[in-house]
Amino acid sequence: MTPLLQVRDLVKHYTTAGLFRAGARPVRAVDGVSFEVGHGETLGLVGESGCGKSSVGRTIIRLQEPTSGEARFDGVDVFGLDRTALRRLRRRMQIIFQDPYGSLNPRMTIGAAVAEGIEIHRLAAGAEIGRRVGALLEEVGLDPAYGRRYPHEFSGGQRQRIGIARALAVEPSFIVCDEPVSALDVSVQAQVLNLLSDLQRDRGLSYLFIAHDLAVVRQIAQRVAVMYLGRIVESGPTEALLSAPRHPYTVALLSAVPEPDPTRRRARIVLSGELPSPSDPPPGCPFHTRCFHPARDERCRSEAPILRAVGATTAACHYAESTPAAEAPGRDA
Amino acid sequence: MTRVLDVRDLRISFPVSGGRLHPVDGVSFSLDRGETLALVGESGCGKSLTSLALLRLVPEPGRIDAGSVIQLGDTDVLALRGEALRRIRGKRIGMIFQDPMTSLNPVFTVGDQIAEGVLAHLPVSKAEAWERARGLLDEVGISDSAARLRAYPHQLSGGMRQRVMIAIALSAEPEILVADEPTTALDVTVQAQILEVLDDLRRRRGMAVLLITHDLGIVAGRADRVAVMYAGQIVEEARTGDLFARPSHPYTQGLFASVPRITGPVTRLTPIRGTVPPPTAWPSGCRFRPRCPQAFDKSELPPELMTVGEGHRMRCWLAEGDGPIGMASVLPSHPERSEGGIP
Repeated sequence: MTPLLQVRDLVKHYTTAGLFRAGARPVRAVDGVSFEVGHGETLGLVGESGCGKSSVGRTIIRLQEPTSGEARFDGVDVFGLDRTALRRLRRRMQIIFQDPYGSLNPRMTIGAAVAEGIEIHRLAAGAEIGRRVGALLEEVGLDPAYGRRYPHEFSGGQRQRIGIARALAVEPSFIVCDEPVSALDVSVQAQVLNLLSDLQRDRGLSYLFIAHDLAVVRQIAQRVAVMYLGRIVESGPTEALLSAPRHPYTVALLSAVPEPDPTRRRARIVLSGELPSPSDPPPGCPFHTRCFHPARDERCRSEAPILRAVGATTAACHYAESTPAAEAPGRDA
Repeated sequence: MTRVLDVRDLRISFPVSGGRLHPVDGVSFSLDRGETLALVGESGCGKSLTSLALLRLVPEPGRIDAGSVIQLGDTDVLALRGEALRRIRGKRIGMIFQDPMTSLNPVFTVGDQIAEGVLAHLPVSKAEAWERARGLLDEVGISDSAARLRAYPHQLSGGMRQRVMIAIALSAEPEILVADEPTTALDVTVQAQILEVLDDLRRRRGMAVLLITHDLGIVAGRADRVAVMYAGQIVEEARTGDLFARPSHPYTQGLFASVPRITGPVTRLTPIRGTVPPPTAWPSGCRFRPRCPQAFDKSELPPELMTVGEGHRMRCWLAEGDGPIGMASVLPSHPERSEGGIP
C-alpha cells in the first residue's frame, strides 16, 4: 500500500528582504527533507527550536508555500493545487497547534467554532450541524452543553480538546499535531495524549506529531524523524531509534532527556557550543561544529553526509557505524 | 548542617468580593547550606508565589498574612522595611526566572547589567565590578567572556541569556538562589547545560538552591529534597530518593503515572482525572478529594502533614493506615522494592 503522505526534498527558505537587508542570506528553515506517513500511522518529528520542524508541518498543508519540493497526499500533488482544489484537500488534512487559545476567536462560542468547518465544507445543514457539534465535543471528552460558552471560560487542556474537536469536524484522515501538549500540565498532557491515541484507533487517523520531547513522542509515534538545522539527521522505528541511536545528535538529545528516576544514572552528553544560524549553516555535516564523535575528521567539515541505512535506522553520519552510546550501563544503589 | 532559611506557615492572600483567597495556604519548609530543595507542582499550585514571598515580591493587592514566618539566618524577613529589605534582595537571596529575555534590559550591555548588581551590593570600583562581571561569565560557562560583556541581550541565544541571568543573580554572592522554572523555556540540550551550571555553583559556593519546577525529571537528578505542592499546600515532602521510590500521596502517585517515560515498556498513561481547580473552587476537606481515586469518607476533613517514613510526610488520611486501601499497599515493606508505589 502506498503511504498516505509522501514528501520529497522539501525546501522552505525565508528571505529577510527589506530596506536594510538587501543581499541578506535566506534562512534555510527546511533544507531538503523527505519522509512518508502511512495510513493510521504516527510519525514523530523531533528537534529543538529553530530546527525547522514546525515549518515542515505548515508547509505540507500549505499554510505556508514551499520554496521547492514535492508532497503527494493520497496520490494528489499538494503543491500543485489551485485554491478550490486546496480547499477540498483541507477537508482531509488538518492541524492542531500548541496554543489553541491563539487559534480560537474570543467572540465566537466554541460550538460555533467547531461548526465552522462543517458549514464551510457543507457537510451538514440545519439541526444536523448542532447534533454533530455535540457529538464531537462529547468525543473529545467535553460536555456538549459547553458549546454555548466562550474560549476564555476554558482551561488549557479543555481548549486543546476544543482545537481537536475543530480539526475533527471536517472528518480528516491526516492531522499535523504541532506541539499539542507542550503547554499543558503533566496530568492534563496525559489526558490529551490518550485522547489522540483513542481517536487514531477509532478513526484510523494518521498524525505528523511535531514535538521537542522525546518521551512524549515515544508514547504516541510508531516512527520518529530527528531534525537538526533544517534536515533530517536520523529516522527509524521509535524503539530502534531510541534504543540504538546512530546519529551523534540523537544520542545527545536522548541523553539530555531528564528522566524521573534518580536511581538511573545516565551519562549526560552536554553539547558544547551554540546552534549555528540557519541562514549560515556550516559546510559539510551541519552537526560537525558540536559533534563529540571520536572519529570526526576533515571529511565531516567538507562533505555533507547523506541519509543511509545503518542497523535498524537511517542516519546521516559518515561514521554512524561507530557512534558511541550515551547509556552508562547499570544502576547505582 | 547550617540552616539558612526557615519558612513557617506562610499564607498569602488576595482580596476578592466577600473575603480573601489564599493561593498559598500554610506552607512550611527549610533550606540548609549547600542543599537543593525542589518545590514541584502544576500551574496554579502556589509554588511561584511562595518563591516571590521570600523576597517580599508578592504582587499587589496580595499580601503575606500575619502569623507567617520567613526567617533568613537571624533576619526576620517579614519585619524588614525600605533599605533593609533592599539589602536582602539580590544580596542574600538571588533569583532567576523562566524567561531571561523579559528580565534583561535590552538597551544595556550584559557587562553593564552584571556590574550594576555588583556595584549595588559590594564596595568595589566600577573597574573592579567589570572585572568581577567577567569572572562571573567565566563561572557560568560563557566563553570569550571579555567580548561577551559588550554584547546586548538580543545578540545572545536563550541559553546564554539564562547564563547571564545566573551571573547577575550571583553578582552579590547570595546565600540562596531561587530558580523559578529556570529551564522551562529552553531546549533539552541547553537545559542540561544550565542545570549543570547551577549544580556546579551550588557545590563550589555552598549556596542553597530553591528549585521551582513542574518537571519531575529535572528534580530526579538535581534535588536533595522535594516538596510537592497542590492547591496552595505542600501535600508531600521527602528526600528525593524516598519520594521517587515510594510516592505516597495519591496526587504525587498520579503525577508519576502521568509522565511519559523514555525507557521501559510503553503503556497507556494513567492521567489524574479532572483538572487543577482555581483557588476560587478549592474543595473543603482534602483539596485533592474530587480527583482522588482513593478518596474515602475521612477525606471530607482537612488532613495535616503526617509522617509516613523518616523525613517523609504527606497530607493524606491514608497515612493513618485505616483508609480503604491502607498504607500497606502503598508503602512497600522492603526499601529495596523501588518499583512499588503506583497502584
